[in-house]
Amino acid sequence: MFGFRCESTKLVPKWFTIQIKIIHHLFITQMFILGNQIFLFMSETLPKNNIFKVIGASSLGTLIEWYDFYIFGSLAVIIGHQLFPEDAGASALINTLAIFAAGFIVRPFGALVFGRLGDLIGRKYTFLLTLVLMGGSTFLIGLIPSYQSIGYAAPILVLILRLIQGLALGGEYGGAATYVAEHAPKNKRGFFTSWIQTTATLGLFLSLGVIVITKNVLGADAFADWGWRIPFLLSILLVVVSIYIRMKMHESPMFSKLKAEGNVSKNPLKESFNNKANFKMVLLALFGATMGQGVIWYTGQFYAQSFLENTCKLDFNDSRYILLWGIAFATPFFVIFGAWSDRIGRKWIMLSGMLLGIIFYRPIYQVFLDDTDTTKMDLTEAKYSAPVLKREQIAGIQDSLYTSITHVVLKSGASFNKVQVDTISVKSGIHPAQEFIQDKVLPTPIFWKFVGLIFFQILLVTMVYGPIAAFLVELFPTKIRYTSMSLPYHIGNGVFGGLVPFVATLIASFSGSTPLSGLWYPIGIASLSLIIGTVYLSNKKDETIND
Amino acid sequence: MSTVKKFLGLVWMILGPLAMGFLLMQALDKVGLAHSDMERTNTILQWGIILFIFFPISIGLMVFGYYAWKGEYDQLADHSSD
Repeated sequence: MFGFRCESTKLVPKWFTIQIKIIHHLFITQMFILGNQIFLFMSETLPKNNIFKVIGASSLGTLIEWYDFYIFGSLAVIIGHQLFPEDAGASALINTLAIFAAGFIVRPFGALVFGRLGDLIGRKYTFLLTLVLMGGSTFLIGLIPSYQSIGYAAPILVLILRLIQGLALGGEYGGAATYVAEHAPKNKRGFFTSWIQTTATLGLFLSLGVIVITKNVLGADAFADWGWRIPFLLSILLVVVSIYIRMKMHESPMFSKLKAEGNVSKNPLKESFNNKANFKMVLLALFGATMGQGVIWYTGQFYAQSFLENTCKLDFNDSRYILLWGIAFATPFFVIFGAWSDRIGRKWIMLSGMLLGIIFYRPIYQVFLDDTDTTKMDLTEAKYSAPVLKREQIAGIQDSLYTSITHVVLKSGASFNKVQVDTISVKSGIHPAQEFIQDKVLPTPIFWKFVGLIFFQILLVTMVYGPIAAFLVELFPTKIRYTSMSLPYHIGNGVFGGLVPFVATLIASFSGSTPLSGLWYPIGIASLSLIIGTVYLSNKKDETIND
Repeated sequence: MSTVKKFLGLVWMILGPLAMGFLLMQALDKVGLAHSDMERTNTILQWGIILFIFFPISIGLMVFGYYAWKGEYDQLADHSSD
């Protein structure tokens, strides 16, 4: 992710520095809001079981879990360098991404393990446990010694911790959504659960913010060396606060009632999946809603960033700032669509988000490609810096790599680095390699155009994701709700959604494919889900979930 | 609408095995195209993950299609306990 950057040739535009300051302010404001929530929670002026207290406490923990889950992916390249031998090259990244993907794949198993626990012993203690597991494993990833110190034990330990993270997340979300929904009045279930829905996006925002700020404060070298551990270690502080808050929470009233009446499920897994009436709803939730919702979510928030950085070759900061602005503008819409779904039903809002994604993804990504294509840029009056030269010995042989980097600034304000890597062979002389362009910085109007396009994609995310917690909660009865809703959610999001960057990148690498070919995966899955949802889903809301 | 639901059920039942066959053929094709040992190992790993995950989901789609064909979704419950 950090790739090779020639800092010395890079002229940082003034507006870039201003953006860093704004991100700092946004981040500090968010921290202030969180601090206020904590203060309000601890204050005795709030009545017990106040719904906002329930939402605040649930959301804070869920937000931290998302933060923990995402920092690993955002730091994949650096972690790859730390965990694997120095000469592993690209395979280090692939292996690190495989470890990252493992976290997604085990999410449905976490849903089964912790969902069952939540239906047996209660929501409160189960998602307290998931929070401890998530926070503990994140903190420990920050302490893992490098490959140079402990060899292959390093990646193995990280893989184990990553699996624990995935299991914990699989248990957390269903618990938080169920807990809030079971406290919410029937006509505001969409509105109240939508606050939980904002946490996934805010968790990503927080992780990107912490990484960008830490890197800018420490500098690229110190961050790559040891600073990358800070975002992981910071997690423990957030988790301690969240555990304290959750310890003070009460059990869900519906579950407490069920427990008092002795109606708690004896075997939630069997009742969820061995009972045809319930299992058919699990399948419907997966194929008619969460599958399409998952790919829309991960395309808008993850594939978009990966595409801008790896395919369009945008600068590290530019690609993240575009996403941060898009998230900042779009996040309120989770609550707006959640509340709207209380009035008009959940179905059509979610399906409209899928339809718009199917229609607009390819045109949007075509604009990304066109506007970052340096061959279409006006190079007259471009300023070229003196090339920065670097020579590196290739490990194991006497040949070396000769890198020349020229920084180019265009009249429009755009800039990029032109890189040429030649191989110097002791036996056969110089072998010129292909030139490539990296670290593109966009001119201001294009930058904001991209922010608009990312905003639109995240708006679609808010449409599909805002109402889904209420939708899932209403599909299943209280005694097996945690188990039943968690599985389709995590297959839809963890598997179909989580694999979007991986599968889309894989498709785009096939011979004969174009950079946009990868989009056929989210478009195809969303189309299937749209058809199934349109034909089979009901738009009716379940008014009483107290069953 | 019930008829549409029912006959689309057939489509989902057929789509399940088709998806499995397509994925399997893609996996064999891509593994065959890999050149070096390292590339082959990575390709097998990637496609192994994809098959491991999507095969059970394809079976789920067939079951969903079977339920739709049998009319299980013709009248959906208005209440989560129904």
